[in-house]
Amino acid sequence: MALVNKETVSNKMNSRILKNKIAKVIFFIATIIGLLFLGALAYRILTQGLGSLDMDFLTGFTSQSPDRAGIKAGVIGSLWLMSVTAPVTLVIGVATAIYLEEYAKRGKFTRFIQINLQNLAGVPSIVFGLLGLTIFVYIFKTGEIILAGGLTLGLLVLPVIVVAAQESIRSVPNELREASYGMGATKWQTVRRIVLPAAIPGILTGGILALSRAIGETAPLLLVGAATAIFTLPSSIFDPYTAMPIQIYSWTKAPQPEFEYVASAGIIVLLVILLLLNSIAVFIRNKFSKRL
Amino acid sequence: MVSSKKNHDELSVKERIAKNKQSNSSTMFVEKLVPKLLLLCATLSVLVTLGILYTLLSETFTFFNQVSVVEFFTTTYWNPWRDSYGILSLISGTLLITITAMIIAIPLGVASAIFLSEYASDKVRRMLKPILEVLAGIPTVVYGFFALTFVTPMLDKIIPDLSFFNALSAGIVVGVMIVPMVASLTEDAMGAVPNTLREGAMALGSTRLETTIKVVIPAALSGIVASFALAMSRAIGETMIVAIAAGATPKFTLDPTQSIQTMTGYIVQVSTGDVSFGSTIYYSIYAVGTTLFVFTLIMNLLAQYISRRFREEY
Repeated sequence: MALVNKETVSNKMNSRILKNKIAKVIFFIATIIGLLFLGALAYRILTQGLGSLDMDFLTGFTSQSPDRAGIKAGVIGSLWLMSVTAPVTLVIGVATAIYLEEYAKRGKFTRFIQINLQNLAGVPSIVFGLLGLTIFVYIFKTGEIILAGGLTLGLLVLPVIVVAAQESIRSVPNELREASYGMGATKWQTVRRIVLPAAIPGILTGGILALSRAIGETAPLLLVGAATAIFTLPSSIFDPYTAMPIQIYSWTKAPQPEFEYVASAGIIVLLVILLLLNSIAVFIRNKFSKRL
Repeated sequence: MVSSKKNHDELSVKERIAKNKQSNSSTMFVEKLVPKLLLLCATLSVLVTLGILYTLLSETFTFFNQVSVVEFFTTTYWNPWRDSYGILSLISGTLLITITAMIIAIPLGVASAIFLSEYASDKVRRMLKPILEVLAGIPTVVYGFFALTFVTPMLDKIIPDLSFFNALSAGIVVGVMIVPMVASLTEDAMGAVPNTLREGAMALGSTRLETTIKVVIPAALSGIVASFALAMSRAIGETMIVAIAAGATPKFTLDPTQSIQTMTGYIVQVSTGDVSFGSTIYYSIYAVGTTLFVFTLIMNLLAQYISRRFREEY
């Protein structure tokens, strides 16, 4: 009598292998659904928006009538916002990362800052809007100006930059630091001349990703009072402003159905800018990450 | 160069030490100053948190001087313009969106993670993962627009009595938005499971599916569950999608075909309307904001606790 009945074994095995194959297909389809959604979104927005996307749209202000509405104020406003957000968040974020990685002792306080940053990253963006509304608009009475919006966005994306900069600084090999100390350099000289230059590609990549998040943010700007319609361009950071996502939002809320096409055109402009920023980030990462 | 060297040589030892000390002292000054400046910047993140807490709490306190706490948390009718503050209807709206989103995001996210981590070849993974990540980078205002103008009309064909603004469409799109987050965190957790465990299971004759379900997922469970908690926190705090597609009619209901309002949606509605500073309605957005903040904070802390407490060590 055979100890193993080959037929039973192969019967059982076949069904298990079949299950595995079915599962693989199901998992694959689930992965593809996300992509299909992305495809539908892109198709829908391109077919709706390309018709309205022309020079008049890029160089015009928004308007009551859908065929004359343009996104100029939004693009310029977003650029102004970034001129506040980028330096603020980069300087504070990188400084925090340097402190945590190079100077801080592994104690309770450092851990506290780390946990705090983690939690800050999980705070809904609209709560940052409430913070900006109270502190800038009401306590400092800045009014609804670019400075208030830019600072609010800067605080919002701060955790993103800190984490990216920390990882980048951590990945600088210790031999470089030791060589620098060996040559008699002090700690700050080592950080400034050796560690930071080596970490710059990673920091820049993180910075650009953080900015591209800031450009797409809508909710906090609604709270700190970005205008939905504006007909003069800001000339300093103390002027009222609007931003691309704010304009898109106001078009989705417009009563005339034709504004759907205007909103789609605005979305194309926003997505193209984001895509550009992201490809710059990828380019920097690919170009510089292989050294060391 | 030569003259300076000569000059240097002409100095006595004493003078040289003095000179060195002088230049050292400015270096030393910088060395002592820099860490303090850096610490100042690092403390800023803590200050931001304190600022958030302070603004939320102080304005919320003012609100509760005008409206009873009990009414706020136990009644279900929300109409600030008629002085009715029953936040349960906003909470039920938020939960409705969150539940719908999680029903979409958990299966899709976990299945994508399993496919990418266990089944896909390296080449396929490197192709699919960045495309999935694009989903996470799309601004939420775009998702909101898409929910309103594409998903809702599609659902309308299947469900005839769907309202134009509805929780279902917004919830589905919020779910799709957080799929990449669930997928990448779950994939990280599964990737951290050592290959020896997989090889052991396969050597005993398990198929890939059995290995995944009986070995990899249990080993990675804490990370996977933590990713659910983080995703929930995102869904609770998501603003633009619900502000555009879910409507602005606070209702105490769990029927997703209806128009509802979430906590975030209410804050947007008030802040874009004409509400005067200092009115009860103005303070109400802080009370709602605090409630929202507490909800998301609990989910975030829960995620951190789960991933720390239940992490398997190999």
